[in-house]
Amino acid sequence: MSAATGDRMRAVTVVGASLAGLYAARELRAQGFDGRLVVVGAEPHQPYDRPPLSKDFLTGGTDEGGLALTDPEETADLDAEWILGVRARALDARGRTVVLDDGRTLPSDGVVIATGASARRLPGPALAGVHTLRTLDDARALRAALVRGPRRVVVIGGGFIGAETASSCAALGHDVTVVEAAPVPLAAQLGAEPAQACARLHASAGTRLLTGVGVTALRGASRGPAAAAHITSVELTDRRVLPADLVIVGIGATPRTDWLAGSPLSLDDGVLCDDGCVTALPHVVAVGDVARPGGVRAEHWTSATQQPRVAVRNLLAGRTVETARPLPYFWSDQYGARVQFAGRRREGDTVRLVEGSLEAPDEGFLAVYERAGRTVAALAVGRTRPFMKLRRTLMAAWAADPAGEPVAI
Amino acid sequence: MISVCRLEDLPAGESVRVDTTPPVAVFNADGELFAVDDTCSHQDASLSEGWLEGCLIECPLHAATFDLRTGHPTCLPARRPVRTHQVYVEDGMVLVSLATAEEGSAA
Repeated sequence: MSAATGDRMRAVTVVGASLAGLYAARELRAQGFDGRLVVVGAEPHQPYDRPPLSKDFLTGGTDEGGLALTDPEETADLDAEWILGVRARALDARGRTVVLDDGRTLPSDGVVIATGASARRLPGPALAGVHTLRTLDDARALRAALVRGPRRVVVIGGGFIGAETASSCAALGHDVTVVEAAPVPLAAQLGAEPAQACARLHASAGTRLLTGVGVTALRGASRGPAAAAHITSVELTDRRVLPADLVIVGIGATPRTDWLAGSPLSLDDGVLCDDGCVTALPHVVAVGDVARPGGVRAEHWTSATQQPRVAVRNLLAGRTVETARPLPYFWSDQYGARVQFAGRRREGDTVRLVEGSLEAPDEGFLAVYERAGRTVAALAVGRTRPFMKLRRTLMAAWAADPAGEPVAI
Repeated sequence: MISVCRLEDLPAGESVRVDTTPPVAVFNADGELFAVDDTCSHQDASLSEGWLEGCLIECPLHAATFDLRTGHPTCLPARRPVRTHQVYVEDGMVLVSLATAEEGSAA
């Protein structure tokens, strides 16, 4: 089956048991791999969906059962060995053995790297009441803190996680302030004007948004002689001090490549791979948040579900026989508005408003990004239906010309 | 029986959301009418805002696709069906008869 190994793959290890890892395991079976399939997960949980953690799970609209990505019937059908609650520690120099934290070694004819990313933290000593939001355990801890009564919440970072978490905290009745270092949050993703419009959503629920200001220190105090220090305030670069009972740090995520340090793989903000998700070793592929196929790392749910099909095909073929550059797509739910974006925008694209008003984003709007007379991306707030049509059009154009370059006329 | 709209207000390729509890989506799939639960069985999204192609409806949020005839998902990420409901046309009006939890579950 594999041209590289000259014989059949008998054992494949998927390192990572979240969305991309699960999809890779499914693809392996769907594409006929009938050998030993081992899925390793650092977290003790069966695969679960992360997007609801900052939204419905935090507000109590969805319980843990609602997060499950699979069920016992499918798990049985997959016929995989699940090693959960154990981290991978290393991949050997030939990429044939995965070494686990507990000392176990997994001989592998093929390896799927799907270790995802971990929430970035602020430097300084750990303080009680300071949270990140990436894992189910993070979300459980945050939810437990949020149901104990009204709190002064400071969210550091106005990106999607920060905005969604702030929205959920506001919905639960907390006093919420978002601190964003950039002049406008999400400007890099959405462009200045549309990002400014999305930022206005915060005010609709009474959330304060402070922009262009960084955090210099988190201050804490012990509430008793034996108690650990608990957050009391957040100090800002403009010398303001925000009293805080609870801080949520939403300043991005770092791809989990630390365990690959001794391997021959190229690592640079993720695992570098070709457009077919194949790394420097033909029997090692990378998918999801940790992967940087074609030089682009996208922490998008959709990428994590689309890359495994191509990655597994190439893995089983022993070389890159198929490439895929799906049209980027992401969504966010905040303050009752559904934000959806598709395409690849660049600085200098012209933003054209199609529906609604940027001044009243809570009533929804639809905008397109144009370059050389062509629509290259679309942004919708509360305009799901027309967005869907635009996204289909963009997908068709993208499939015809994945480079996304305007056609010379 | 719930009155949805006039037939001429639901041309081929269009859909309408009925504000029942739970809400229901009615589709005109090239002349044939179908009704299913509006909320995607995967996560909170309105199927009436999805992409209709033949008898398949694609969820606008994560692209799960359902067969309107059976309510069954034809691809991930949805794994559970949506309930289907009977649609009638009487005197030019589109009517929906809501299934009970059991009968609509298209086992």
